[in-house]
Amino acid sequence: MRMLVALFVYLSTLLPVWAEDVVAGFSQDSISITTNFSGSEILIFGAVRREAPIARDTDLEVVVTVAGPSRPVTMRRKERFGGIWINRAFAHIDAAPTFYAVATSAPYRDAISSVSDVLYSISLPRAFRNAAGGADHASGFLEALARLRAEEGLYQINENSVDLREDTLFSTSIALPANLVEGDYLVRIFLTREGRVISAHENTIAVRKVGIERAAYRLANEQPLLYGFLALFIAIAVGWLVSALFRMIRA
Amino acid sequence: MQIYLPIAEVSVDAFAILGIGGLVGILSGMFGVGGGFLITPLLFFIGIPPAVAVATSASQVVASSVSGVMAHLKRRTVDLRMGVVLLIGGLIGAGAGVQLFAILRAMGQVDLVVQISYVVFLGIIGSMMFVESLRALRKSRHGTAPKRRKHNWVHALPFKMKFRVSGLYISVIPPLIAGAFVGLLAAIMGVGGGFIMVPVMIYLLGMPTKVVVGTSLFQIIFVTGFATVMHAATNRTVDIVLAIVLLVGGAIGAQIGTQIGTKLRAEQLRILLASLVLIVCAKLAFDLLVEPAELYSISYQAGVGL
Repeated sequence: MRMLVALFVYLSTLLPVWAEDVVAGFSQDSISITTNFSGSEILIFGAVRREAPIARDTDLEVVVTVAGPSRPVTMRRKERFGGIWINRAFAHIDAAPTFYAVATSAPYRDAISSVSDVLYSISLPRAFRNAAGGADHASGFLEALARLRAEEGLYQINENSVDLREDTLFSTSIALPANLVEGDYLVRIFLTREGRVISAHENTIAVRKVGIERAAYRLANEQPLLYGFLALFIAIAVGWLVSALFRMIRA
Repeated sequence: MQIYLPIAEVSVDAFAILGIGGLVGILSGMFGVGGGFLITPLLFFIGIPPAVAVATSASQVVASSVSGVMAHLKRRTVDLRMGVVLLIGGLIGAGAGVQLFAILRAMGQVDLVVQISYVVFLGIIGSMMFVESLRALRKSRHGTAPKRRKHNWVHALPFKMKFRVSGLYISVIPPLIAGAFVGLLAAIMGVGGGFIMVPVMIYLLGMPTKVVVGTSLFQIIFVTGFATVMHAATNRTVDIVLAIVLLVGGAIGAQIGTQIGTKLRAEQLRILLASLVLIVCAKLAFDLLVEPAELYSISYQAGVGL
C-alpha cells in the first residue's frame, strides 16, 4: 500500500508533464497584403489542456515560433576596388526563411534547453542553419543575412513576450513587417518544463497578396510579356489623357 | 500614406513618389525634358532597387513623350522618315541593353553600372548646361546666334537617303548609330535620351531646329516603350503601381511647370536645372566613393554568379 502511494506520488509529478496539451488560436487565419499594407500584427493565443492538477514544482513555459517560406538568397559583399566600392565576394544560400520570429514566456535559456533547441530547431541560428543547409563556409555571409533581416524586422527573438496566466492561458503578438513574402507561414507552439518540450502544436497562416497587388504580381511573373504591354498601354493612355486635358484647359 | 509596391517589394510613402513625379513633371513642363534622368536617381534615394527604378522610369518617359509628340504631330514638326531610321537603331540598342542588363543583374553589378553611368552622364550634361546657360546669359546682351555647320564628314558616308521634312540628303549610318546608342541608354538608365539625341540631330546631322524636338520625341516613345516591354519580359522589374503614382504626379507637375515656364527667364531656369543635375550627380558619386555603412547586401534572384 505504501509502495502504491509512493508510486502514485511519483507518477503525479510525472503525469501532468505528459498530460499537458496546447489548444491554440490566431487572431487571423490569413493575412492579406494590399496596396496600403504597412505591416501587421498577429495575435497568437491558446490554453493548456490538462487532465490533472497543475504541477507546481517546475515552471511551465511557452515558446512560439513563426516561420515564413524559405527562399534561395545570394549574399554579396562590397569591397574597395579602384577607389570605388563595388560588390566582389558573394555566397549562395540555398534556402533561408524569409521570416522567422521566436517568442518565449521566460528568458530564452530558461524556456528551452540547448538540447531541445537542437532537436526542434527553435532558435533563429538553428532554424536558419537547418534551412540554409551546408553553407557553414560562408558564415560571415550568414551572419550578415541574419543581421540585415533582423534590422528589417524579418528575424526576431522576443524573450518574455509570451504572456502566460495561471499556467493555463497564454497569448503573444508578433509584428509582421510590410515586406512579407507570400506563402504559408508555419506557427509552432511548444510547452516546456525545465527546458524540455512536453507538447508541440503546429498550424499555418496563409499570407497572400490581394487586389491589384496580387493581380500585378501574378501577371508580372506568369505573363511577363502581357504585363509589359499592359504597363506600356497604361503609360500611353495616361500620356494621351494628359495632352487631351492640356488642350481642353487651353481651349 | 504608405503604399506597397508589388514588384519592388518595398513599402514606400506615396507622397514621396507623387512628389518625385510632380517635381520631374514641373521640370519637363518648364524645359521640355523627359525627366527620366532625374526620376531614376531620385527613386534610388528613396530606396527603390535600381533595377526596378530604371525599368519603371522607362515607362514614365513613354507617357511624358506621348503627350509631347501629339502637339508636334499636329504642327507637322516630326520628320517621320528620320524618326523611323533612328528608331530602328534604337530598337537594336535597347534590345542589346536589356540583355546586358540581365547579365549585369546576374553578376550583381547592375547597381554599380547604373550608378556610374548616371555619374558620368549627369556630370557631363550638368556642366555643359551650366556653361551653356552662363554663356547664353552673357550673349543675350550681345545678341549673336550660333551658326549651323552645313558640311562635315557625315556627308561623305554611303547609303544616302532623302529626308524631305528635314531637307536633308545624308547617309543612314550616323542616325542608325546615334539611335542605337540612345536605345542602349534607354535600357540601362531608363532615360529617353533626348539630351543626347537633340544635339546629335542639330550639330551632327544638321537637321532644322523646328523638327528636332518632335522627331526625337517620336523616336523616344518607341524605344522606351520597347525597353519597358523587354524589361518586363526579361527582368520582371517594371512596377505598375510605382509607374501609375509617378504618372499622376508627373501629369499634375507638368501643368504647373508650363505655367512657371512662361513666366520666368529661360537662362535662369536652365542654371537652376543644371545645378539640380549636378547636385544629384555629386550625391551619386559620393555614395560610390565613401565606404558604405553596410557592406553586405541580399539579392533574391539566385544568379549565375560569374
